[in-house]
Amino acid sequence: MTQTLSKHQDALDRLESEAIHIFREVAGEFDRPVILFSGGKDSTVLLHLAVKAFWPAPVPFPLLHVDTGHNLDEVIEFRDRTVERYGLRLVVASVQDFIDDGRLEERPDGTRNPLQTVPLLDSITSNKFDAVFGGGRRDEERARAKERIFSLRNAFGQWEPRRQRPELWNLYNGRHRAGEHVRVFPLSNWTELDVWRYIQRENIDLPSIYFAHEREVFQRDGMWLTAGPWFGPNADEPVEQLTIRYRTVGDGSCTGAIRSDAADIEAVIAEVSASRLTERGATRADDRLSEAAMEDRKREGYF
Amino acid sequence: MGSAQRDLPNDLLRLATAGSVDDGKSTLVGRLLYDTKSVLADTLDAVHRASVDKGLSTPDLSLLVDGLRSEREQGITIDVAYRYFATPKRSFVLADTPGHVQYTRNTVTGASTAQLAVLLVDARKGVLEQTRRHAAVLALLGVPQLVLAVNKIDLVDYDEAVFEVIAKEFTDHATALGYPIGSVLSIPVSALVGDNVVDRSAHTAWYTGPTLLEHLETVPVEPDPHHAAFRFPVQYVIRTNTDEHRDYRGYAGQIAAGTVAKGDEIVVLPAGLRTTVARIDTPDGELDEAEAGRSVTLVLTDEIDISRGDLIASATESPAVTDEFSATLAWLSEKALKPGARVLVKHGARTVQAFVGELTTRFDEQKLSTVDSPEELKLNEIGQVGIRTAEPLPIDDYSVNRRTGAFLVIDPADGSTLAAGLVGAGLRALDAGESCIGGGETAFSPGP
Ligand SMILES: Nc1nc2c(ncn2[C@@H]2O[C@H](COP(=O)(O)OP(=O)(O)O)[C@@H](O)[C@H]2O)c(=O)[nH]1
Repeated sequence: MTQTLSKHQDALDRLESEAIHIFREVAGEFDRPVILFSGGKDSTVLLHLAVKAFWPAPVPFPLLHVDTGHNLDEVIEFRDRTVERYGLRLVVASVQDFIDDGRLEERPDGTRNPLQTVPLLDSITSNKFDAVFGGGRRDEERARAKERIFSLRNAFGQWEPRRQRPELWNLYNGRHRAGEHVRVFPLSNWTELDVWRYIQRENIDLPSIYFAHEREVFQRDGMWLTAGPWFGPNADEPVEQLTIRYRTVGDGSCTGAIRSDAADIEAVIAEVSASRLTERGATRADDRLSEAAMEDRKREGYF
Repeated sequence: MGSAQRDLPNDLLRLATAGSVDDGKSTLVGRLLYDTKSVLADTLDAVHRASVDKGLSTPDLSLLVDGLRSEREQGITIDVAYRYFATPKRSFVLADTPGHVQYTRNTVTGASTAQLAVLLVDARKGVLEQTRRHAAVLALLGVPQLVLAVNKIDLVDYDEAVFEVIAKEFTDHATALGYPIGSVLSIPVSALVGDNVVDRSAHTAWYTGPTLLEHLETVPVEPDPHHAAFRFPVQYVIRTNTDEHRDYRGYAGQIAAGTVAKGDEIVVLPAGLRTTVARIDTPDGELDEAEAGRSVTLVLTDEIDISRGDLIASATESPAVTDEFSATLAWLSEKALKPGARVLVKHGARTVQAFVGELTTRFDEQKLSTVDSPEELKLNEIGQVGIRTAEPLPIDDYSVNRRTGAFLVIDPADGSTLAAGLVGAGLRALDAGESCIGGGETAFSPGP
């Protein structure tokens, strides 16, 4: 790499160093860490930082994808390509498997994001994962503003406000009892714009759905959803061919695209800088269910 | 963050806010987010709707920052919340620390990483006991810069005399705590109306200083102790053997203090072995020199046995290696500390067993003085103790180094964090009016 390194550290350098520090702490203190990897931009940045943290050695953890089965093809292709490029092991926890064998039931609205909790926890337990890296950021939603970088979860994956530890200096306390685990959020202090600027600076590959493209979509609850195998469109939901892009990756039945002409990273950054909607508000139906939706799901162990 | 053509923020400032209930802290933080256009339309719409529901004619900006549901229901905030905003000059990470319940726990947490703290007072009430306590805790934690936001200045008719009395009283108190001139600034603000938060007020012609945001954007603060002696806790040993990297062995960590350059002589502690730095590696290439705050990997000239938890330090200015030291503890657990307690101490990347000997003094926050030989240290109390560790630790005094002078006290039974620990006699110094902030090299570049 030919980047000229200056001694001065700008805001992104500082966020990067903080995240790398967190990865190395976990590698030093936990037995079986895993990185949640969906192929989305936050988890891709997370993986990029993990690679940097242990370079030139390989990342010493596997990846875990909680697969809703409602994926855009581009994302799964990207996921597999990325896993192969870094030579990592991918564990897939499949919502579809749980529905097929009756351990989970399809919801009437068809949304599968809330169904991810059970396969996630099952995978954590059966693989004895003790630290689970997630790409969550505190700026995403109000209920996350108090989330810790090391977030202790009980044996049911639940987040108990009372047991969360004060986080002092950059000293993280990862102690946990058998059966408990810690969710770790190295991107806690990043904003959406930081993530995009870092993607640009580091030239990080992303699934093509993040950039403007033509797609057959239909409108539901004010969001543009991809016409596809999952419940849509209904008869009263006309399909249109539009230029859109996605801002987050999630269950395709409830993750909306936005109309956008931002076809490259510069255009996306310009758009995000000027944006009038937070990414979750714009694109995730399940966060709109109630004001406290995110908090409820956190208590449930989804995050 | 309105327009795209602005340059990258080139700097990161971590700050904390503190104040008593109803002084207007939520409104002030909401105002900072709102006026820096860090609030997006959907969030703002929700606030507008909620404000209308409450029968208000203008948006209640405090709703922008309110957190968990239980707190929303009770209308109080009980835990540190983090907020983010940016201007073309700087990005800000704001630790919003609630003032009433568990104020020590929250203030200590927020202050531990802060380069600056904004303390709020209500202009009608002036400097309260609570304000003094907050300032004392901030001084103890070595937060290098203080801002006193004299809020609700609209409710005292923008009266300069009222402001001056409060500003002087606070500055005197801060000076007594060890804050040099230039490290404390008082600003008359109205969070509700927006005076002097981001936009300059038309009602305070007598005030010639910067607005709060202008100050935050320009105040010179070093995020890490650059000019202190080099300290590098080894977090992880990176080993690999490929064609490109034959028998690679590097020591990974984040520089806690000072700078390191290729060829520097270093000592590995606690063992005391010496060698030199052969290379400073990063995935983006080698560095000739690296500064505090950067995560790097050091390759050393000699093969010596180094593992996680060791400290690599400047050979010429190495820290004390000791298994007995005095420390100030901010007690954060409901289980009180009694002399003789067995605990774990996490210092840098090393966790060791430890024993708390005597409790020498406790900070009496009511009188702002110390009490000798307390029987115990309860939740939210601050005290001076003697600590003995099972293995020697390379420690610095907290007043010299906020990173290698800090440690956690952990409960060996349930793993909870019991206390924030500061190496040295910070508490005694606080009592005598010469707190931690004085020593920390860069800590104090006098303000504009
Ligand atoms: N007149 C006036 N009222 C204010 C100002 N700042 C806050 N308030 C009001 O003071 C009350 C408490 O404010 P809030 O931000 O909730 O206080 P907190 O408890 O410190 O977070 C609310 O009714 C605010 O509208 C100000 O600058 N001027």
